[in-house]
Amino acid sequence: MLIQMELLLNITIYLPLLGVVAFLFVKGDEAVKWTSLIVTTVTFFLSLPLIFQFDVANSAIPQYVTEGSPIFSGMDIKYLVGLDGLSLLLFMLTTLFGPIVILASWSSIKKNLIGYFSMLLILQTASLGVFASLDLVVFYVFFELGLIPMYFLIGIWGGSDKIRATIKFFIYTLVGSLVMLVALIYLGYHAGAATGVFEFTSDWRFISGPEYTIGLVEQTWLFLAFALAFCIKVPLFPFHTWLPYAHTEAPTAGSVVLAAIMLKLGTYGLVRVCLPVFPNAFMEFAPMMAVLAVIGIIYGALVAMVQKDVKKLVAYSSVSHLGFVVLGIFAFNTIAVQGAIIQMINHGLSTGALFLIVGMIYDRRHTRMISDFGGIAKKMPVFATMFMIATLASIGLPGLNGFIGEFLILNGAFISELYSNKVYAIISAIGVILAAAYMLWMYQRVMFGPITNKENEKLIDINGREIGLLVPLVIFMVWIGIRPVDFTKYSEEWVDTFITISEEKSVAVIENVKPGDIPDWTARLYNIETGKNNKLLAKQD
Amino acid sequence: MDYLHDLQSFLPGIIVAVAGLVVIMLDAFRKGVHISYGVTVGALFIALIIGIQSLFGDTGTAFMGMIVYGGTGAFGKVLVLIGTLFCVLISKDYLTDKDLHNGEVYGMLLFATTGMLGLAVSNDLISLFVSLETMSICLYVLAGLFKNEKIGAEAALKYFLLGAFSTGFLLYGIALIYGATGQTNLTEVAAAAEPTLLFLAGVGLLLVGIFFKIAAVPFHMWTPDVYQGTPTTLTAYMATAAKSATFVAFILILTRMLPNAEIANWTNVIQIVAIITMIVGNLIALAQDNVKRMLAYSSIAHAGYLMVGLAAGTAAGYSGVLYYLFAYTLMNIGAFGVIAYYERNHNLDFTEIDSYAGLGFKMPIMGVMLSIFLFSLAGIPPLVGFIGKYYVFAAAIQAGLIPLAIIGVLASAASVYYYLRVMVFLYFKEAHKEYTLKAPGFMFKTALIILAVLTVYYGVEPVLPSTGLIELITSYYAV
Repeated sequence: MLIQMELLLNITIYLPLLGVVAFLFVKGDEAVKWTSLIVTTVTFFLSLPLIFQFDVANSAIPQYVTEGSPIFSGMDIKYLVGLDGLSLLLFMLTTLFGPIVILASWSSIKKNLIGYFSMLLILQTASLGVFASLDLVVFYVFFELGLIPMYFLIGIWGGSDKIRATIKFFIYTLVGSLVMLVALIYLGYHAGAATGVFEFTSDWRFISGPEYTIGLVEQTWLFLAFALAFCIKVPLFPFHTWLPYAHTEAPTAGSVVLAAIMLKLGTYGLVRVCLPVFPNAFMEFAPMMAVLAVIGIIYGALVAMVQKDVKKLVAYSSVSHLGFVVLGIFAFNTIAVQGAIIQMINHGLSTGALFLIVGMIYDRRHTRMISDFGGIAKKMPVFATMFMIATLASIGLPGLNGFIGEFLILNGAFISELYSNKVYAIISAIGVILAAAYMLWMYQRVMFGPITNKENEKLIDINGREIGLLVPLVIFMVWIGIRPVDFTKYSEEWVDTFITISEEKSVAVIENVKPGDIPDWTARLYNIETGKNNKLLAKQD
Repeated sequence: MDYLHDLQSFLPGIIVAVAGLVVIMLDAFRKGVHISYGVTVGALFIALIIGIQSLFGDTGTAFMGMIVYGGTGAFGKVLVLIGTLFCVLISKDYLTDKDLHNGEVYGMLLFATTGMLGLAVSNDLISLFVSLETMSICLYVLAGLFKNEKIGAEAALKYFLLGAFSTGFLLYGIALIYGATGQTNLTEVAAAAEPTLLFLAGVGLLLVGIFFKIAAVPFHMWTPDVYQGTPTTLTAYMATAAKSATFVAFILILTRMLPNAEIANWTNVIQIVAIITMIVGNLIALAQDNVKRMLAYSSIAHAGYLMVGLAAGTAAGYSGVLYYLFAYTLMNIGAFGVIAYYERNHNLDFTEIDSYAGLGFKMPIMGVMLSIFLFSLAGIPPLVGFIGKYYVFAAAIQAGLIPLAIIGVLASAASVYYYLRVMVFLYFKEAHKEYTLKAPGFMFKTALIILAVLTVYYGVEPVLPSTGLIELITSYYAV
């Protein structure tokens, strides 16, 4: 090896940030654009060895780990980054989107280019940091760091109602994550006591490991606090209200990063923290979360159907699609969680592509209203093809990526022991049909039919740059659709291992509980007296 | 008694006091104000160096137990000196433009600093009172520098009347404590304390006096008017150095005079005051249209966060408070500095938030720095404000005060709105009027850049392979 992989991972995370420093030395708008493009492209290529060298058989163990020393004695908070089967693909997705969002902003941003591209690059580092960090405090820091650039991206370069949108986005997310911070500190002291060595620890490897269990009362509160933060970020119904605003007002690149990467932080957090650390609460609340997810799927789809604005339609479709991901995560079996992980990637690719496409048409016509379009396919054949592929991928057409994720999730939800009711999967399947309806109806109204608006006569097809930034996404959509195993193999071992660990931990916690030890509400919630509800115990009997 | 040793242990204070006398004399003999400025900066710098050295020295008491040296007190001195030094550095241009650049300002500033230095090391109720008064009387004068403006006169008068009133409470409290225990030395009071009504009433009155100085609700009424009417860079001075000194004195009182929770457990009182302070401070700040008033209410809220650490009553809590004061000094002076810059060549109305529209792009460096300071005040990682809040809230959670911590973080979530609002005007709104902005002076710019760099540096310091500041602070409370 020419270079240590650990070092390479760190370089990949911080290179975009160094790009911001480079802006101090470059003059002129073109130079700024090219610097950002070069930095993000180099980041992408540097990240490739990380996936090639990845040890698939041991994906449950973090690899390329850099471990700093604890910040001060007794407190095991340290700089700790590495990649495992859960984070690898999302990390790669983030580096892939780096150059794409830069290219997408190439000609549409006119004012304050240095500020704009700095924000995109900081956002890139923050997102990469979240996926790579294995210490929960470091995770939190990166999680929050992403808020600032997004706040400015929407606030400065956004649409007409940008101030309201960006403040709503910021405060909403922050409230959730601050509650999470309190829970995180409590968890840290609790885990620290369990190590016997430290006063505080936030090392994810210990916290999620098989030796560390948490009592039922604490688990319940901690789970709720963490889940609140992540569900706001996802966003799960009924916390979704910030999303359509933020998406509609954000500039194209902002929407793309928001949809493709930042929303994944929520679902990623649910799998990373809630699943292995609070197994009992996770299982107990799973049906409730599934209800919210199903409501989100149907509600998002129905609201998307009546949108007049293409971008808002895609935003609401995100609410619907991420409902699937949450449904898969809480189904708590290998198939469904695998499906959820791959669906995060799929949603990133297809929704990212759709936002790019909406951005392209907006750049040409400065409107996003469906009624302003019609018959565009004749004028822009290449664009029409790309749009079609992204639309079909989003719907979940077999042969494209969306199908794989939705199929696995529905399959897993159908057989899930936690849901113990097939109705979740059945209602969610209606969501897939609705998705086909609103996406295809929108596509038909925008692309086909006679050209009713004279403005559309003058449209020119997308240029080389625009094709170039869509092609990689299309390649991956097809690739995942045809050979999903090339991608699902990375998380297989991870999901298996942690579902087993969680099951064992939950059984251990229940077995150690004596009915008198815990408050009544907890005993009722977890049905301790009857001992029936622990579905896993019941399964073993 | 080794008097030389005694003097040495209070050397920074003596240097500052002598410099104050020199500045007054220089002014009397009509030397240029630039010499006074130079003497002030030089004296503060030397005092700061000595103060930093004493951080690593031994601890003990001096002047027959009147003051402590080393440990908490030494850190308090450094906080005061950092605050004062940066405030002086950002004051020169601003005061010159406002036609207030006189030697007396520096004289008053140095005497106030002497008081603060004494306050931060008081080990006796008498030295506490004398220091507090030295500080306060000079601050009353500084608050009234805009003597021809209505709000300037209002600030000085309000501050003086309410300050005198609170001093009455403080002194009455000291008298009752002396009556109950026959002692004024903090540790001896602790040794002689009995949970009698007289003693508890005395402590209660003493706390009222302190709550007034740190602007805790419901003793905060003076803050917005005084902060608004005082020249901006001196507002920064009052908000940081004076607050640091009083908080350090508060810690000394709690750890040295009231260590025994069985005799007087004030945790509940501090908790309740902290909760009210955080909520009221943040809620009223939401409604402010004047940036200085907004920062005044925000400083009330910050006093609330600091009291969360005190309420924890543990070593982690006290060290968290000291760290937070350090963080607060950096970011608050920074924020006031940029505001002073924008305000420099305009009248005081220029602190209305409306005049900030579009300013972020006119002077990009200042805009970026104000954003950094405000994000840090809001407690967004990875900036020093987040680290400070983290330590304080972590201490409270560790001490089992989880509801208090939750109220704290929710209050600080609300605070984000008003800090962001300034940035909304700076960046998201178009300028509706052309303003001319003077180029900032070299020292002014350098001071602000240092503050901004420190704000970021201490935000990421925990992950750097260096000896952390928090480790040093924590060592003061290691038993």
